Amino acid sequence: MTQDIIQRSATNGLTPPPQARDFQQEVAKLIDTSICIGCKACQVACSEWNDYRPEVGHSVGVYDNPADLGPKAWTVMRYNEVVENGKLQWLIRKDGCMHCDDPGCLKACPVPGAIVKHANGIVDFVSELCTGCGYCIAGCPFNVPRQNPADKRVYKCTLCVDRVAVGQEPACVKTCPTSAIMFGSKDSMKVRADERISELKTRGFANAGLYDPEGVGGTHVMYVLHHADRPELYSGLPKNPSISPLVHFWKGLFKPLAAAGFIAAFAAAALHYTKVGPVTEDDEEGHHG
Amino acid sequence: MANQKDVVLRHSYPARVAHWLTALGFFMVAVSGLGFFFPSLHWLLGIMGTPQLAQFLHPVFGIVMVLGLVVLFLRNAPHCLPEKGDGKWFQHTADILKGNEHHVVEVGHYNPGQKMLFWKIMGLTLLLLITGLIAWRPYFADLFPIPLLRLALVLHSVCGILMMFLVIVHIYMGFWYKGTVRGMLYGTVTRSWAKKHHPRWLRELATKGNKNP
Amino acid sequence: MTNHWVDIKNANLVVVMGGNPAEAHPVGFRWAIDAKIHNNAKIMVIDPRFTRSAAVADEYVPLRPGTDITFLLGVINYLITNDKIQHEYVRHYTNASFLVRDDFAFHDGLFSGYDEQKRTYDKSSWEYQFDEQGFAKRDASLSHPRCVWNLLREHVSAYTPEVVENICGTPQDRFQVACELIAETSAPDKTMTSMYALGWTEHTVGAQNIRAMAMIQLLLGNIGMPGGGINALRGHTNVQGITDLGIMATALPGYLALPSEKHADLRTFLATVTPKPLVQGQVNYWGNYPKFFTSLLKSFYGNKATPENDFGYDWLPKWDRSNDFMYTMSAMEDGKLNGCICQGVNMLAMFPDANKSIRALSKLKYFVVIDPLDCETSSFWENHGEFNDVDPASIQTEVFRLPSSCFAEEEGSLVNSGRWLQWHWKGADVPGEGRDDTENIAGIMMAVRRLYEQESGKASEPLLNMSWSYTNPESPSPVEVTKEMNGRALADLIDSNGNIILRKGQQLSSFGQLRDDGTTDSGCWIYAGSWTEAGNQMARRNNADPSGLGNTPGWAWAWPLNRRVLYNRASLDPQGNPWDPKRKMLWWSGTAWTGFDVPDFSAAPPGSPVTPFIMQADGVGGLFARARMAEGPFPAHYEPMETPIGTNPLYPNVVNNPVARLMENDTKNLGTSAEFPYVATTYRLTEHFHALTKAAKLNAITQPEAFAEISETLAAKVGVKSGDMITIRSARGLIKVKAAVTKRIQKLKVNGQDVETVGIPIHWGFKGATVKGHMANRLTTAIGDANTHTPEFKAFLVNVKKA
Repeated sequence: MTQDIIQRSATNGLTPPPQARDFQQEVAKLIDTSICIGCKACQVACSEWNDYRPEVGHSVGVYDNPADLGPKAWTVMRYNEVVENGKLQWLIRKDGCMHCDDPGCLKACPVPGAIVKHANGIVDFVSELCTGCGYCIAGCPFNVPRQNPADKRVYKCTLCVDRVAVGQEPACVKTCPTSAIMFGSKDSMKVRADERISELKTRGFANAGLYDPEGVGGTHVMYVLHHADRPELYSGLPKNPSISPLVHFWKGLFKPLAAAGFIAAFAAAALHYTKVGPVTEDDEEGHHG
Repeated sequence: MANQKDVVLRHSYPARVAHWLTALGFFMVAVSGLGFFFPSLHWLLGIMGTPQLAQFLHPVFGIVMVLGLVVLFLRNAPHCLPEKGDGKWFQHTADILKGNEHHVVEVGHYNPGQKMLFWKIMGLTLLLLITGLIAWRPYFADLFPIPLLRLALVLHSVCGILMMFLVIVHIYMGFWYKGTVRGMLYGTVTRSWAKKHHPRWLRELATKGNKNP
Repeated sequence: MTNHWVDIKNANLVVVMGGNPAEAHPVGFRWAIDAKIHNNAKIMVIDPRFTRSAAVADEYVPLRPGTDITFLLGVINYLITNDKIQHEYVRHYTNASFLVRDDFAFHDGLFSGYDEQKRTYDKSSWEYQFDEQGFAKRDASLSHPRCVWNLLREHVSAYTPEVVENICGTPQDRFQVACELIAETSAPDKTMTSMYALGWTEHTVGAQNIRAMAMIQLLLGNIGMPGGGINALRGHTNVQGITDLGIMATALPGYLALPSEKHADLRTFLATVTPKPLVQGQVNYWGNYPKFFTSLLKSFYGNKATPENDFGYDWLPKWDRSNDFMYTMSAMEDGKLNGCICQGVNMLAMFPDANKSIRALSKLKYFVVIDPLDCETSSFWENHGEFNDVDPASIQTEVFRLPSSCFAEEEGSLVNSGRWLQWHWKGADVPGEGRDDTENIAGIMMAVRRLYEQESGKASEPLLNMSWSYTNPESPSPVEVTKEMNGRALADLIDSNGNIILRKGQQLSSFGQLRDDGTTDSGCWIYAGSWTEAGNQMARRNNADPSGLGNTPGWAWAWPLNRRVLYNRASLDPQGNPWDPKRKMLWWSGTAWTGFDVPDFSAAPPGSPVTPFIMQADGVGGLFARARMAEGPFPAHYEPMETPIGTNPLYPNVVNNPVARLMENDTKNLGTSAEFPYVATTYRLTEHFHALTKAAKLNAITQPEAFAEISETLAAKVGVKSGDMITIRSARGLIKVKAAVTKRIQKLKVNGQDVETVGIPIHWGFKGATVKGHMANRLTTAIGDANTHTPEFKAFLVNVKKA
């Protein structure tokens, strides 16, 4: 578990994490929105396996409950009613961590090792180390991580890293009654997705496709969409997600720039003092002509 | 060490307390801020106990600093208003850096460089306060949209770093101009120090003549 | 189900109508998805609401609640008009060619023989014409004007696409799409499966809804076919089991009838209920009725049942009227009942017209509730403000709560929709003071019996003579009861060649071994074979599928005789060739029928005149139901009891089902469209199971609060948006819920007027882990189907206002 970390938050390339056990296939969860019935079994399975229970909320006149992702709701179903070509469609999407190959959360995290990416592609939060700064929340292009006010730590789907590590599929995959959630190597999931997409095309969904956005290096949670040309129809799935340029600047260029600034400031002070010497408080003594 | 007769009151007791409170606040936020900003300085967070405590205390000390600065603002803002003649000071920057300030200009309560520093610190503090409140977890951050949060966090870092540069300048100046630090420690500066660095202020004190000329 | 869950994957078209399996049966619905992915099937949902099932369907077709018969007869009209019929199948395997009596007629919405006073039919004219030998007359050419085929053609000719649109509100182009898809499966190598549930049954015309679809399936040749059939989706964990064991007030286990007061003795009774073949040479398996019934009496009364005393026939209660729960509640309201034992149902939340239920329960002296939870029913007397505004001081009913086990706290068998008896093992002990259901009910029985033994009393024989030979009479074990259901030999059973089939005391392996002389017993004859001398067949877990069609004979055990697809002989033509070689389930080995499934047939060789519907006295599928339905041999459109249009556009003189069961205190509480202009329908959500799971936190989290779904047009009219509170009022009561404004419910144009539908999920009440809510059944009517007495939960009238 700790020997296959190929990426670790706030960690210098000079001091890489343990990564000897990197001969692993990348895994992926494939969610076929075209056969998802929105039953929320995955939500319940997630609650049960991970031992969390959010508060009982309220109805706001939609089927979305809990209404949003939360520290105790790592996956939620989102429902959207759209009319396409005169036909009503109820687009249902299981929302949760996408396990980006280039994770914005990990990039933003300031704590060494609080967010890790395993060789199989799973991005996991090491809550023991989490300080609750919430940078990951700002770093995520998908608006996924959520902070728990009680312990101030931030939580999200772990892709059941504990189950996957012992050769089991994530709990949501295990429970999905229609097999709309599948799990396997990323390559095999892409093959499966291709089959589903060509099947969807025969049913009149000309723009069916796979959601595996390049902007974040691809994801380890992928969607089969009937309308891959307009992912935003699925309750705001971003069309071209990527890590924000602000985050790139913040965690990239700005750090060496600031460091250089500090070095320059101290150097200037030292050089100046050495050259000019102190300005004394006595007028006469300080008078150098 | 000059005797009692040779000194004048530069900083009142409340002002000194406010300054050092600000300094304490700044030190804590700066150290923890550096710990958050530079992963290789993550160990600095240990100063506050644990990284989690640092996360909790950073904004608390930020507020301490802001409170100190509010007092300093109220006391010093009138002294930091631009005056005629400030322009001349800037024209002589090169001389001043050589330590010849007292030869080229006659400085009042604060020199224009100090005034500029004052306004920059106050401005950055305001930005740091706003962005800090937006990003403050777990209390306020979730009230704001992610893009704004992102901007706030980046601005907060940028302002924090700039603030540290300003404070470096501030400390260096105190260190470079000998006799300055005691003013903030004991309140008084020597008459000769005042005469050399703030002659116009000293004269004004004499004119008012109400206490301890 | 005629077929079973896994078999749905073999369908080419999955028609979801009168049900919402993705919502209510998400686990079984995987097989519909499987059909879609692996069999290139289409899924079509025909429903007033765009449901979760519709979300993954290829086609969605709307219709007004309570108009399914019009839609389905419209489909039949289309199939006949466009010649989309599996002709060979219809000719050989249905009663299309049978001649009907000349005095049978249908005029202005009424069949011949109607008695307006009694609201019932004299059904004698609903019968075949018989020849001198007593066999039905037939015309294989289907040209005789009195043959079923021509009567049907005539009957459905009124149901044109225009009429369908006018009554159902279904746009003609959508109806056309539905007809075309359904018609494609008339090809012998194409099948349609029909998935339905309470969306069909909970109407005053519920049973006829299902019949209409069964007729379509016969016309398309889809009954008996893998991937075909009429498939009822059963909801409760074991509702198929309780149905098998006689859920109807006039039924006994194994779909045997409970004698009525008209049947003075066993001989009279058996003579009435045992059918004679209507076509020469047919199997007529119900001809074995006396064997099933005698064995049941032996199971009831053991050694006390002897040929001399008609096997205890006199000890059976004889019914005068159907004392089902709706009658019982009415009688209770009228003060005719002193006590009530409620087990296995949260009746206050689940019975229609909850205000009536409270009035009724308040009249009882004592009320025993056997339930795992502190539910609404046992707390009907508690005041919960607006959610249950009663005055506890004025309710004198003494309530006894007997905490019981949940299904996971018991071992035993559960029967699924596909008739599979699956043994399950206890997952945990009953917590606290809870006791198994069997222990609770046996405890009451033993205590009452002791009282009768000590103090004697009137008519105590049924109780005192009951066979009760369990190891612990106070707590019969599930194993003992299950083996009793299967039945055993009470003496050595010897066949006609003198060979011993079973020794005395051995478990039966087939209901073919049952005798009518008292030498066998069986608590439920269709379960014979489930627990044999080879052990517990229901506990088998071999998933092997030699057919490749999802037929797994080694997994659990299906009644009857482990047969997975009923009428499976109908998947072959009369010569024994499969209609579709890819769906070959059975074949003739040269000496016997064999195959991947247990043949549903006699040993008659291919080409014999014996036809596949062996449970029918005529051996064929009934397009014409004879006297077996209360409303008539063919379905016809009747409006729901509360109709939004106030008339029946087809038969203006007969607006509602003329034989629907009305009780006076319910007819007083009917509303009209003037006061209650909107159609309401109630239903389940996938997140909950009835009023049970609201006690579970996880379920409460996923659907926390009561809501009702309304269209955008109705929302605009009422002036609400999603999340606002609305009041829904019917002639029976009112509820307050959140509004869910959705595109998934649309205004329909019906008979020249706009009809809005209000969708009301049923899951909330004043108990449990959810937000407290109003019970949907405050609104519903207790008027029921004429055959099953199922109340009309799915179509009634309400008004909606902003709260």
